[in-house]
Amino acid sequence: MTNSIEIKDLKLSFGAVTVLEDLNLEVGQGEFLVLLGSSGCGKSTLLNCIAGLLDVTDGEIHIQGQNVTWEEPSRRGIGMVFQSYALYPQMTVEGNLTFGLKNARVPKDEIAKRIARAAEVLQIEPLLKRKPGALSGGQRQRVAIGRALVRDVDVFLFDEPLSNLDAKLRADLRVEIKRLHQTLKNTMIYVTHDQVEAMTLADRIAIMRGGQIMQLAHPSEIYNRPVNKYVAGFIGSPAMNFMEGQLDGGAQRFDTGRGLEFSVQGYEFVGPPTTGPVWLGLRPEHVQSGKWAEDQPVQMEALVDMVEPMGSDTQVWAKVNGQELRFRMDGQEAVDIGDRIPIGFDPARLSLFDKSTENRL
Amino acid sequence: MTAAVTTPRGARPKNPFAPRNIMLYGALIIFSIYYLLPLYVMLVTSLKDMAEIRVGNIFSPPVEITFQPWVKAWSEACTGINCDGLSRGFGNSVRILIPSLILSVSVAALTGYVLACWRFRGSEVFFGILLLGAFIPYQVLLYPLVIILREMGLFGSLWGLVLVHTVFAMPINVLLFRNYFVALPEELFKAARVDGAGFWGIFFRIVIPMSLPIFVVSGIIQVTGIWNDFLFGVVYTRPENYPMTVQLNNIVNSVQGVKEYNVNMAATMLTGLVPLAVYFFSGRLFVRGIAAGAVKG
Repeated sequence: MTNSIEIKDLKLSFGAVTVLEDLNLEVGQGEFLVLLGSSGCGKSTLLNCIAGLLDVTDGEIHIQGQNVTWEEPSRRGIGMVFQSYALYPQMTVEGNLTFGLKNARVPKDEIAKRIARAAEVLQIEPLLKRKPGALSGGQRQRVAIGRALVRDVDVFLFDEPLSNLDAKLRADLRVEIKRLHQTLKNTMIYVTHDQVEAMTLADRIAIMRGGQIMQLAHPSEIYNRPVNKYVAGFIGSPAMNFMEGQLDGGAQRFDTGRGLEFSVQGYEFVGPPTTGPVWLGLRPEHVQSGKWAEDQPVQMEALVDMVEPMGSDTQVWAKVNGQELRFRMDGQEAVDIGDRIPIGFDPARLSLFDKSTENRL
Repeated sequence: MTAAVTTPRGARPKNPFAPRNIMLYGALIIFSIYYLLPLYVMLVTSLKDMAEIRVGNIFSPPVEITFQPWVKAWSEACTGINCDGLSRGFGNSVRILIPSLILSVSVAALTGYVLACWRFRGSEVFFGILLLGAFIPYQVLLYPLVIILREMGLFGSLWGLVLVHTVFAMPINVLLFRNYFVALPEELFKAARVDGAGFWGIFFRIVIPMSLPIFVVSGIIQVTGIWNDFLFGVVYTRPENYPMTVQLNNIVNSVQGVKEYNVNMAATMLTGLVPLAVYFFSGRLFVRGIAAGAVKG
């Protein structure tokens, strides 16, 4: 099966400013790809290039085997959903849904069929005669999705579609988008800065920074084996703990040089183990505490600095031999500032990054 | 809890004769009188006959109301060799106004649309140059335009004047439209492009329906501007095409014969009726236009 979308050596620059450079990306049929990154990383720009709303400087874009690099957005076989919904305010919901079809001169009975289907899938039948102004945020976004849906296209592009909604609606619509993808099995490219959306929705996540894709992998791979320190720090909430120190490749031991030293035996190195200055990353949720610390390969004692109880679990800010460390405890465990509690972790779950290149070791 | 006294403490703070209100309304009334008094004088004078005017009580209402001055101003007053009153000028003004209005508003809207939504290399510079045009005094351009119109073969004709009005309307109206269109959400254009709407499709189906208020504003500016124009009318047309303002001047400033103050007043008011009516009726439309466009995404 050919790829749904292929991007080859894409380059985009505005005058002297280069936003995207030598970007290559392949998206499989029916894949849900999330472009994730902080603002200004080029993720929306890339999506706009795929949609044809920005003219690329160099490179090629193929959609469903067609080279659409210079094709009009409407003729690329894409549907797009925007952050601000971008519904036409003077048209009814039905008018919004049919606008694209009328422009494409789709026959009337076909239009009616597609509207009926989209309205059913998205449960917006009662809203068809209303204007966007009379809809709630969630309903508007549903209509916006419907507008992409009626176009009957192979590829859906989402540009931060849930960012304007409140937390509860966002969670609801997130599930709905996932369900929609499972029903329709279209290729979807989804831009977001929200890592929860990325982790829950994606088949693969592309983490972007400075116009480049840092890592393109399955969510669990990105979470467990981030390729560099940036990706490691970006994914995960609360963020990963980083310790600066020296790695002894032969003995497989890590030393902060400030009184904390332990073995990293069990860590899967990408290449042969090296010796030198490193960043050591440890996810807060991979630290065990109290009686669960006992069977962990590496054990130490932590002095509790601050406690953030959240009900289901408790975030603890602690010091271990002068090293700041954040970790997560069971919400039912009693813990107080000034407590000394045993903690432990498994080196297999660590991440080690070279100090200078910040790439995974 | 027991039922407590729930009336608010203290008196309701509403006193129509508070010093503040007296000051405010007093000032408003005085200024209204100041501005309305000339209109009153014009109105009563236009309803008197010449004998009564000669008595000299310009503030007193007419003893005997006569509409003869209005009739004369409209259909009998002489300018040059024609003695058919202002009706000829009115007709000319209407024939100048309608094409000028349509042409200037539509060209300005289209230019603003391009400058706002279809930026091209140098479009900002182009816009800057266009705005610069607003600061060039008309007098400087008067004679060059005469030559241009002569070369185009339009000098003296109604269409020449229409062209002049359209050109001079550009800076301010393009500014209005461009700034309004720039404020429309950019994602709407993207959505429309994905939906297959082209340059004209987006303009007519998306932009214009969302921009009624700015069309009304531009329309008001153009109607009053074109109707009140005297300079272009007198320079670029021939006597048979003079707009109403020029004709009014010729009636009021005629040096021969008796000065018919009542006819002059009536003629002046007749000429001012159109802008007055525009303000009067468009006010409501204007508010409605704003309300219609107020759908936030």
